[in-house]
Amino acid sequence: MSVQANAPRLSSQERARRRYLTDRAIVNLFIWPTLILLIAINLFPLFYSLYLGFTDYSAIARQVPVWVGFKNFSDILNDQQMWKYFATTGKYALASVGLQTLLGFALAMLVREKFRGSGLLTTLILIPMMISPVVVGLFWKLMYNPTFGFFNYLLGFTNPSTGPDMLASRFAGKVVPNLALWAVVLVDVWMWSPFVMLLVLSGLKAIPDYLYEAAAIDRASSWFQFWRITLPQVAPLLLIAVLFRTIEAFKAFDLVMGMTGGGPGDQTELIAVNLYRQAFLGQWRTGRASALAYIVLIIIIAVSNLYIRYLNKMRGES
Amino acid sequence: MATIELQKVEKRFGDFQAVKPMDLTIHDGEFVVLLGPSGCGKTTTLRMISGLEAVTSGTILLDGRNVTWLHPSERDIAFVFQLYALYPHISVRDNIAFPLRAQGESKETIEKRVKEVVDLLQIGHLLDARPGKLSGGDQQRVALARALVRRPAAFLMDEPLGALDADFRESMRAEIKQLHIDQHATTVYVTHDQVEAMAMGDRIVVMSDAEIQQIGTPSEVYYKPANVFVARFIGSPGMNLARGHYSEGRVRLKGQNNVYAVPDDWQQALGKALGGSGDVLVGFRPEAARISADGPIAGEVYATELQGAYVMLYININEDEIIHIRAERIHQHQIGDTVRFDIDPRMVRFFDPASERAITREAAQ
Repeated sequence: MSVQANAPRLSSQERARRRYLTDRAIVNLFIWPTLILLIAINLFPLFYSLYLGFTDYSAIARQVPVWVGFKNFSDILNDQQMWKYFATTGKYALASVGLQTLLGFALAMLVREKFRGSGLLTTLILIPMMISPVVVGLFWKLMYNPTFGFFNYLLGFTNPSTGPDMLASRFAGKVVPNLALWAVVLVDVWMWSPFVMLLVLSGLKAIPDYLYEAAAIDRASSWFQFWRITLPQVAPLLLIAVLFRTIEAFKAFDLVMGMTGGGPGDQTELIAVNLYRQAFLGQWRTGRASALAYIVLIIIIAVSNLYIRYLNKMRGES
Repeated sequence: MATIELQKVEKRFGDFQAVKPMDLTIHDGEFVVLLGPSGCGKTTTLRMISGLEAVTSGTILLDGRNVTWLHPSERDIAFVFQLYALYPHISVRDNIAFPLRAQGESKETIEKRVKEVVDLLQIGHLLDARPGKLSGGDQQRVALARALVRRPAAFLMDEPLGALDADFRESMRAEIKQLHIDQHATTVYVTHDQVEAMAMGDRIVVMSDAEIQQIGTPSEVYYKPANVFVARFIGSPGMNLARGHYSEGRVRLKGQNNVYAVPDDWQQALGKALGGSGDVLVGFRPEAARISADGPIAGEVYATELQGAYVMLYININEDEIIHIRAERIHQHQIGDTVRFDIDPRMVRFFDPASERAITREAAQ
């Protein structure tokens, strides 16, 4: 009561205004700015680009979008070159997600054991994930450099003319197909294995000790324990890690752009890189690029749905 | 089947002594219960036998084979956990088959053996369920099936009924006992419930403060407790221990003018143990007291509890000494009444208050 007594006296008008600031009004005050921002920079572009996907339009041309129906989509899907980029992206996703999963799982199994410095090691392993992809791309570009790069030195090639030039897909001057793609995969694996490790580790730590005690009593070998207890128990979290990484792999852009720009030739031309090229680099084919973006989106949603279905099935059973 | 032998087995966790060096032999086919309050080291002892816990020192022999440093999987024992420890992600059938699959048994063998234990425990209708969907009792049955399917040399059970409801515990108790009679497998069973121990054990190992207090049959630990701890711990309520002073064939109890005439066959033992005369604890079970108008011990009724078939009287025989007496229901005793009673001479026991050990007639001969 004393608080009220000490409060400054309000004019009737002010008092009226304060009364109107109901809980509902406060909620609106907080929510609408965010909603407006989201609508302006997320929702509007999402639907506008869907519309643009059905038009002939260039963002730099002084011309309104012209409705062309499904032409952009059919053009893309009938373009051999585009299928090649899709294939490259698929290869890239398969290799990088596969390797990350294996390596991340192995790292998690390693740091799960408590030993001197295991905490520090875990933190160190997590560092690559925290660096900006553009920086990582630049670093590795320098490290892959056949003349002064660290990578060849570590492999034991000190003479650039006899060693690999990873990003140029050459080994001692001879062309090795896809070497650049593997170079990018390697960097992606380096960067994102820790992410898989982190999720798997939290899954591993949640497995109760008594299951392993029961398994020891049941005379299960370590191998048997791994396949029958460890793997099924972490599977849901592992699957989430794989899902996240697969989505990211289909959208992979910054790392590749920073390292190869799609080259040499179109060996590392992932779909997102090509999308960027069509949308901005010299071409400015905004309509076609929008259509392509939607095709990628549909692929990602389809793949995610497969994963999520499998995940739900697994959860429903346990 | 197997004999289990512990020789000076000891466990320390840093400075904490979990189990003091102990010797224990469990015979082939025997059902031995490790009984004691929580923290007495009984579970640690069981885990050391299983190999889940390493011994600090000492030797464990299984059928004469030294298994002290062998992995649990190399000991040929089965362990039933308090919280079942079933594999949650696989079906009951796969849980039971797990130990056989781990051994790489053939499909036919697995199917046959699983069917055997499933029939034995009557859990056929549960086979396709996940353990998490089952009741506690059914989960424990599955855990038992998983242990049985192995045909191990010995069964170790760590409070397998501890997590079950009280009335359910009794029926499971009978099931496990029946199973043991059928299989005649060496079993070590840990519990803190003395009723369970009395009901199931061929022999009971009473533990407290990280060491064995007494090893004996249920009737031995009940009627001839080796020390004050066992006397108090076994039975509900435990044995009455009245403080008094012994001399010349009589015990003068503390406080009131109660003089208890020691039975003739005890006088020699007491005289010898106490060096003629000295302080003594007179121990007797509630059912050993006989209420009679000319009983030598008197006390005031402090509280009464109707226990169904009988009445438990709380008798104050001294300012701070309350004892329990089992009385027939027909006697009406009001709080504050004075009650006189005698002790059945066959059921009286004596303890040395200094050492807290029982005084025995055998020692006097």
